[in-house]
Amino acid sequence: MNRIDEKFKALAEAGKKAFIAFITSGDPSLEDTARFARVLEENGVDILELGVPFSDPVAEGPTIAAASERALRGGVKTDDIFKMAEALRQTTDMPILFMLYINSIYAYGKEKFFENCAAAGVDGVIVPDLPFEEKDEIEGDAEKHGLYSIRLIAPTSRERAGKIAEGARGFIYAVSVAGVTGVRREFNTDFAGFSAGIKEKAAVPAAVGFGIKDAATAKELAAYFDGVIIGSAFVDLIGRHGADAGGGIAELARSVRRALDRQ
Amino acid sequence: MPNRFSEFGGQYVPETLMNALIELEEAYDRLKGDAGFQAELARLYAEYAGRPSLLYFAEKMTKDLGGARVYLKREDLNHTGSHKINNVLGQALLAKKMGKTRLIAETGAGQHGVAAATAAALFGMECEVFMGAEDARRQALNVYRMELLGTKVTAVRSGTATLKDAVSEALRRWTAESGTTHYLIGSVMGPHPFPTIVRDFQKIIGEEAKRQILAAEGKLPAAVIACVGGGSNAIGAFYDFIGDEGVRLIGAEAAGRGVDTPHHAATLTKGRLGIFHGMKSYFLQDADGQIAPVYSISAGLDYPGIGPEHAHLHKTGRAEYYPVTDGEAVAAFEYLARTEGIICAIESAHAVAQALKITPETSREDSVIICLSGRGDKDVAEIAAIKERGASK
Repeated sequence: MNRIDEKFKALAEAGKKAFIAFITSGDPSLEDTARFARVLEENGVDILELGVPFSDPVAEGPTIAAASERALRGGVKTDDIFKMAEALRQTTDMPILFMLYINSIYAYGKEKFFENCAAAGVDGVIVPDLPFEEKDEIEGDAEKHGLYSIRLIAPTSRERAGKIAEGARGFIYAVSVAGVTGVRREFNTDFAGFSAGIKEKAAVPAAVGFGIKDAATAKELAAYFDGVIIGSAFVDLIGRHGADAGGGIAELARSVRRALDRQ
Repeated sequence: MPNRFSEFGGQYVPETLMNALIELEEAYDRLKGDAGFQAELARLYAEYAGRPSLLYFAEKMTKDLGGARVYLKREDLNHTGSHKINNVLGQALLAKKMGKTRLIAETGAGQHGVAAATAAALFGMECEVFMGAEDARRQALNVYRMELLGTKVTAVRSGTATLKDAVSEALRRWTAESGTTHYLIGSVMGPHPFPTIVRDFQKIIGEEAKRQILAAEGKLPAAVIACVGGGSNAIGAFYDFIGDEGVRLIGAEAAGRGVDTPHHAATLTKGRLGIFHGMKSYFLQDADGQIAPVYSISAGLDYPGIGPEHAHLHKTGRAEYYPVTDGEAVAAFEYLARTEGIICAIESAHAVAQALKITPETSREDSVIICLSGRGDKDVAEIAAIKERGASK
């Protein structure tokens, strides 16, 4: 059983929401990323998304795009990220996913990429520039090695939501707003309708991400979904405090965990 | 309509944009066969853009080169000074029919930005153009032109602050506001259906050229030569000749300081298959798939990828693509000015340079057509500065 399924099953049995956190690999260094990953887990994060930096991340807002630039300036390579993930896997059973752009997989070689993911103990990938119509580019290769390619559904998906949800594996990434990643002051999405459209057809849980900045927002959106995904808020702390961001990350993670558990 | 050219093309975009692309395809599918739409566009081409553009017999150049008779397809004489007007009039009309109120566009040198701003003014639509901060600095006059036309110019500071970053930023903005906004993409690139739509609005170049050359020469040309960045003027010039197997289709891509240096934008000469900006095509990239910073004297060819239909024509061998350096382009720019009294865009000068290389070996019984995609006023100051630096060395 994929660790993602196991985790969601355990959470459902405990009546808890999933807390998924994103940080960019190599920002500011791979050692820091591994350290931050442990801080996240120790403070209540259930599932880790590791960003693989890309030169031109078209789905990211300025916060995560800047993290990508910092990581690439530090010289991080895909192979180094595999090594970091593999080392991390020795110390944790937390599901780990890569969030990355399709060209990073394509350039590496699809077969070899997923083979290395499996060897490193990575459980899935989230590819923001790979919509449903192009899913065959990697879904087969991913599943052959026991990984899930997580599908995304947006408020603009409307009637597409059903067909995307059908046959989804692991979980569904519900994009909270029309736009790129980054914290938002407010949302104007009809979350009840959005979540109902997904759940009607999905056999897997749905987690909501994009724009969730703090415990209060996490709690508000978690009411409609099985989990929340927080990225830019953590990355912003890393952008401001670099290697010293551990304390801030712990504090934010703890507050979100508390809010989610008080549903 | 097919969303790929053999393996190239596709729709590699965030899910958030998929319905916008589907709606665009449906609207275009409906309107391209609509007589009213086509008549309106034809009227704009004739009365506003100044089409058909001339096919000019370059007699002095022909004598000088001693080969095939050289013809210049004068897209530089269009309103706004380049072939870009063909695409923007078509897309702006399409956007208007779709009920969009706002246009966004990317631009490198500013030719597409100025054309988009022009169409927005004409159609009474709001417009915002994304331009790399570095390009905006180099092409300050075009920034002012766009502002004069009522467009907001947003400088993009991320990445290399050039054309690819402007495209990324326009895609990001479109993701947030695709309900009201049309992304008026400037070349035959990006996700389906853009490469097909832009090609359809540009193919008038080749259709006119074919009629004009048959009238002048009584037979098809030996070659059609165009410069290639994203590839819109080239696909426009080539498309109607693809079925004419005797006609060589020749693209000139920007070799910058040379394809053996890191400073070029020669995608087909040096690129690898990849997926970026919504399409599967050839891209200049490193081993990890990071998109390479590119360089050319010509901001309009300064892009690390190429439209998927060109990738297809390259792979099948139907079209040939050759690198042309900055030096060769500047020499051709000067040559055309002195020989024919025409100051062409530095982009188009890449096509002229390729013609200078191959024409002497062609038969005097044949003809060649060079697509002069734009005029060179915008480049005069930059080239003067380069010459001055060269002279003081």
